[in-house]
Amino acid sequence: MISIRGLTKRFGETTVLDAIDLDIAAGERVVVIGPSGTGKSTLLRCLNFLDRPDAGTITLGDVSVDVTRASKKDALALRRATSFVFQNYALFANKTAKENIMEALVTVQGRPRAQAEQRALDVLAETGLANKADSYPAALSGGQQQRVGIGRAMAIGADLMMFDEPTSALDPEWVGEVLDLMRRVAERRQTMLIVTHEMQFAREIADRVVFMDGGCIVEAGPPGEVLDSPQDDRLRRFLRRVA
Amino acid sequence: MRALDLDYMLGLVPVILGYVPLTLFMAAAAMVCALVLASLMAVERVVKVPGLDAVVVLFISFFRGTPLLVQLFLFYYGLPQVFAFLTQINGVTAAIMGLTLHFAAYMAEAIRAAITGVDRSQWEAAQSIGMTQAQMMRRIVLPQATRIAAPTLVNYFIDMIKGTSLAFTLGVTEMMGAAQKEAAGSFLYFEAFLVVALIYWIMVEALSQGQKRLERHLNKAYAR
Ligand SMILES: Nc1ncnc2c1ncn2[C@@H]1O[C@H](COP(=O)(O)OP(=O)(O)OP(=O)(O)O)[C@@H](O)[C@H]1O
Ligand SMILES: [Mg+2]
Repeated sequence: MISIRGLTKRFGETTVLDAIDLDIAAGERVVVIGPSGTGKSTLLRCLNFLDRPDAGTITLGDVSVDVTRASKKDALALRRATSFVFQNYALFANKTAKENIMEALVTVQGRPRAQAEQRALDVLAETGLANKADSYPAALSGGQQQRVGIGRAMAIGADLMMFDEPTSALDPEWVGEVLDLMRRVAERRQTMLIVTHEMQFAREIADRVVFMDGGCIVEAGPPGEVLDSPQDDRLRRFLRRVA
Repeated sequence: MRALDLDYMLGLVPVILGYVPLTLFMAAAAMVCALVLASLMAVERVVKVPGLDAVVVLFISFFRGTPLLVQLFLFYYGLPQVFAFLTQINGVTAAIMGLTLHFAAYMAEAIRAAITGVDRSQWEAAQSIGMTQAQMMRRIVLPQATRIAAPTLVNYFIDMIKGTSLAFTLGVTEMMGAAQKEAAGSFLYFEAFLVVALIYWIMVEALSQGQKRLERHLNKAYAR
């Protein structure tokens, strides 16, 4: 349902994504692992044009974009078909938890305020933050902020939800509640593309684990295969290091 | 040294106060126009529209790099010689235009700095949910930037109020002009200008108090 072909990204001289091919089925949960600086974040950011790719095609549902010819409209279409959870939460500081979730619904999707508000309150209830609806991000803990961040991405109802190391910036005490929420999202067969260093979580949530190194996909498969009987040397070294 | 003629001063106070509305009108009109112009220039400086950017940079550089009095004279006495239609412009309008352009240049820099002070990741979050650049600026970035810039902008408003006294040199009878006329009859120049100074001082003090309260209010924002 999501099809990526030859996705390439260069920063100056360095090729950060080297002709990536990747298909993701509807409802599939794909976890991306790999050493630092191998282009995991860049892959996610290219998929919704936070970084503009240099070559390749991205097909997402009925949106198909040749990135070399992508117009502003194409970029918006991709962004509206995806949602993004950031490592540092990136909540809107001038909006309450509820307003953070409503923003896309009202401004981008053009839904009536009352309907958007109801949806935001429902999502907040699912994230366990019903009592924080009117709090600003500055008054929330890291874990609570990230749960709002996930709620903001959930509410959009995007075909693909992307998570870039959603727990890496968190104090250890808040990691559990964020992973729990992600498990609940996964239970609904939401298509997810997740970058994480939480290997136990990857094993448990992933339908497929993708190992990236040097801007390429080196190995991919079910977590049992990739994590327990790795073929490539680089993957073996990486797994020893994170174990 | 002679004694101050306090009775004369007291009598002059209501006369000069009568011109306070004109002063405030010029300052407020220039402030509103300057805010709009400065915001547009600040956004342009951040998103950098090709072609336009050089013009904005030049504009800011010129209006920050030359004295306000020189700019006012250029507008009021100079430009009408070049552009005939400008002969219609009266001193008050010319003063408002001059103050607008001069202070817009300064305020654009203050607003630009405030815009870049809004955490970059919020810009990306706004883009990631599919907002257009304009929606992102209007709904996420500018509301926060305005709060960051507000205390600085009030400072410029205070400078602007004081700057309106230069309209006197364009033949406008404002507070200074009125004092000048009164003193020309009484020869009590010191008393007359002292009254003007005190009235300016009180206005600015009142604004500074308001500014302190505004800052306290802004510091509490977005924290509940
Ligand atoms: N805006 C940029 N300009 C120049 N180089 C960049 C930029 N963004 C990323 N890079 C480079 O691209 C490479 C891949 O970065 P990326 O952030 O995608 O890696 P990553 O796999 O997410 O790493 P990490 O695990 O540390 O998050 C790195 O070498 C990085 O230095
Ligand atoms: Mg990364």
